[in-house]
Amino acid sequence: MKTYALEMEHITKEFPGVKALDAVSFQVQSGEIHALCGENGAGKSTLMKVLSGLYPAGTYDGTIKIDGEPKRFAAIKDAEQAGIAIIYQELALAKELTIGENIFLGREPRRGFGIDWDQLYYEARKWLEQVGLHFSPDTMVGALGIGQQQLVEIAKALSKDAKILILDEPTAALTESEVETLMGILRDLRRRGVTCIYISHKLNEVFALADSITVLRDGKSIATRPASELDENKIISLMVGRDLTELFPRVEHTPGEVVLELKNFTAYDPENPSKAVIRDISLNIRKGEIVGIAGLMGAGRTELATAIFGAWEGKKTGEMLVDGQSVHAKSTLDGIKHGIALVSEDRKRYGLVLDQSIKNNISLASLNRLSTSSVIDANEEIRQSNHYVKELLIKTPSIETAVGTLSGGNQQKVVLGKWLLTEPKLLILDEPTRGIDVGAKYEIYNLMNRLVAEGMAILMISSELPEVLGMSDRIYVMSEGAVTAEFDWRDATQENIMQAATGGR
Amino acid sequence: MKAELTKAPGTDKKLQLFGKPDMRTYTMIFALIAIWVLFTFLNDTFLTARNLSNLFMQMSVTSILAIGMVLIIVAGHIDLSVGSIVGLTGGVAAILQVWFGMDTGTVIVATLVLGALIGLLQGWIVAYQAVPAFIVTLGGMMVFRGILMGITDGTTVAPLTGMFKMVGNAYLPFAVGYGLAAIAIVWTVFSTLRKRQSRIKYGFDVPPFSAEVGKLVLLAVLIGLFAFVMNWYKGIPFPLVIVAGFALLFTFLANHTPFGRSIYAIGGNKEAARLSGINIKRNTLFIFVLSGLLSSIAAIVLTSRLDSATISAGQNYELDAIAACVIGGTSLMGGSGKIFGAIIGGLVMASLDNGMSLINLDSFWQYIVKGSILVLAVWVDIRSRRQKA
Repeated sequence: MKTYALEMEHITKEFPGVKALDAVSFQVQSGEIHALCGENGAGKSTLMKVLSGLYPAGTYDGTIKIDGEPKRFAAIKDAEQAGIAIIYQELALAKELTIGENIFLGREPRRGFGIDWDQLYYEARKWLEQVGLHFSPDTMVGALGIGQQQLVEIAKALSKDAKILILDEPTAALTESEVETLMGILRDLRRRGVTCIYISHKLNEVFALADSITVLRDGKSIATRPASELDENKIISLMVGRDLTELFPRVEHTPGEVVLELKNFTAYDPENPSKAVIRDISLNIRKGEIVGIAGLMGAGRTELATAIFGAWEGKKTGEMLVDGQSVHAKSTLDGIKHGIALVSEDRKRYGLVLDQSIKNNISLASLNRLSTSSVIDANEEIRQSNHYVKELLIKTPSIETAVGTLSGGNQQKVVLGKWLLTEPKLLILDEPTRGIDVGAKYEIYNLMNRLVAEGMAILMISSELPEVLGMSDRIYVMSEGAVTAEFDWRDATQENIMQAATGGR
Repeated sequence: MKAELTKAPGTDKKLQLFGKPDMRTYTMIFALIAIWVLFTFLNDTFLTARNLSNLFMQMSVTSILAIGMVLIIVAGHIDLSVGSIVGLTGGVAAILQVWFGMDTGTVIVATLVLGALIGLLQGWIVAYQAVPAFIVTLGGMMVFRGILMGITDGTTVAPLTGMFKMVGNAYLPFAVGYGLAAIAIVWTVFSTLRKRQSRIKYGFDVPPFSAEVGKLVLLAVLIGLFAFVMNWYKGIPFPLVIVAGFALLFTFLANHTPFGRSIYAIGGNKEAARLSGINIKRNTLFIFVLSGLLSSIAAIVLTSRLDSATISAGQNYELDAIAACVIGGTSLMGGSGKIFGAIIGGLVMASLDNGMSLINLDSFWQYIVKGSILVLAVWVDIRSRRQKA
């Protein structure tokens, strides 16, 4: 007889005009790691918001049972009391407080009218050990890396006596080794009877961890199966409702002349001018090819992209040639003038003005080009925006819709549209498919192939090795700020890339 | 302003396609009407041509300041020094004319240059030296007031010569007023229809033609009525023409130029703007120059209207300007706000001032009411937004 830690039955949640959840049933057995999969917009987050009490009882239909008992959560606090803890993608820690203060925020142990600091730090140390984080609890949270901060969140959840731990895309910002640590801790928690719901786009992690998998599509629960009965292809076809015969559309490219060449390119930390964040990089990118850059977090890939584009604020040395001409891109405007475009890794922070319309976002990097004597040509702006909405298959009622209301994949396409409008020779894509669903990923891969066929050069940075292997013509591997290897795609394997990325030869 | 022209009642579903309807502006127009109705009941002189003419005269200085303040706030900054800049540049203008006998044209040019230079200085410190605008302009507020006290030695500088006095006190001849009204009506009709045609051409939804016509008729009647009421008294006040002119100019600047778009992008997401090749520093510098310039224009109108410069001229005007912006829908978080909204906000504040004075409300009550209305307006807005979300 199976016992369920959590049963959600016939959950229906409607927003004006949209049925976000349509009679979803979701059952999690006690003490298992249960993965929740689905494309963006499938309803995963909405379901978790219902569970966590963010959408209070009464605003949705259906029942929630914890350990077989029906519960009604009027507020987040009620859900917490029932033992439910959510760790969001965006961490909710106060960076200026210590680890201990964060763990016990709002429920500090008391002594008289004051806080019993000794007990607080003593207890905090205990919880930190549980998650394998060997830091003093009086360390500032801001001094920790993202992965470590996540562990603090987990420690905090455990200290609240959480029985059901929900992790929403926990590894999006983690390095490989941090992912390993996290997985080890989750397995350890499973041994101790903590139930865990794991939301992730990364199917390899899902298979490495999960006991059961539930797939949502278009607000409906499609299937719940033991992980042993599924494989990646089956999950993907459940998620998208069709078979994706090839995830990476491999097309033969014929590279032309060199568009960008770097010679002994070095960039220094703006805050610490003696420290080189990328060192002595020499590489080239040709017209009509996709060059992949692989490497671990902190290897300097994003810094390289930023420096090529001209957005780097520190000192740079070495030489950069565009079409054989030596150039010095001192600002992003220089970068754009030289025909370089950078689609950054964090579209919400660096790519979009979320309150503004698709049209205003697409034209943002080309305002001067769209203007005659400093007045924007409104007709041309509309024409171009419509063009990219159509060409990139952006799903939206109108080009005047605010981009903040679009799904992740469509937002990413708006950023792409913005940069394509600048008519770049070299398009740098930093994690182009992070956090977007399988269908939109596939569209972006096809677009990349199309652009390359038209003669653009693409430099793609990605942490997902299958993506690098599947899309690139050539691959540079970076480690600790330097290029440690170059592969033709036919010679590259996950193993030899990882070896170069970890610094081994 | 843009969204306004495409709106019509009874087309809710279509409206959504053009982005969220600007409820804030409509709420404010209704609030304004409510305030007017209330004061009309409380005092029978409120809705006379003479009083309305005064009301528009009174709002002109704050409105000019509010136009610049919208841009500053949209870019994510604040300018607390505008009141003191009004005082200082107004004082300098009066000194140049009264003590040194300069002619009005030279005085005006000198005043504008001074205002722009003050803006340039503050903008440089904010943009290139990265000192927060709140601090820079708080300091500026004290420094400029101090300089004013120093150069006037605490005295009132008066009287001005005829030409200068005209700027803030003149009325347009009746015929010119009607002429302007006619031009405004023709332009409104023309631009609305052209916009409609362009929307149809690009496959956007448009409100039914009858709704559009109804709206145009309403606008035309309002403009005509306004000119008629103003001409009933002495004519359209010249300061109001200045306000309207700058409101139109800056609305155009905000919506149709790379500079305007950049300001909204900087306020909405500074990093995204920087990575899109927008020069944050130069644009920030420029909005402070514009704010300084508009402050000196407001100073000329104020000094002219009072026929003198005093050391307390313009005091607290920065707060009125900020209040007008906020009531008119500008977000203090940056990234959104409209000049038209700020003008309506300014009109709301001026109506309260005017009405409460007419019914002889004690001045302590006036402060309490104005402060409460400010908080109330923002509260209503935040509540309605939360319900939508």
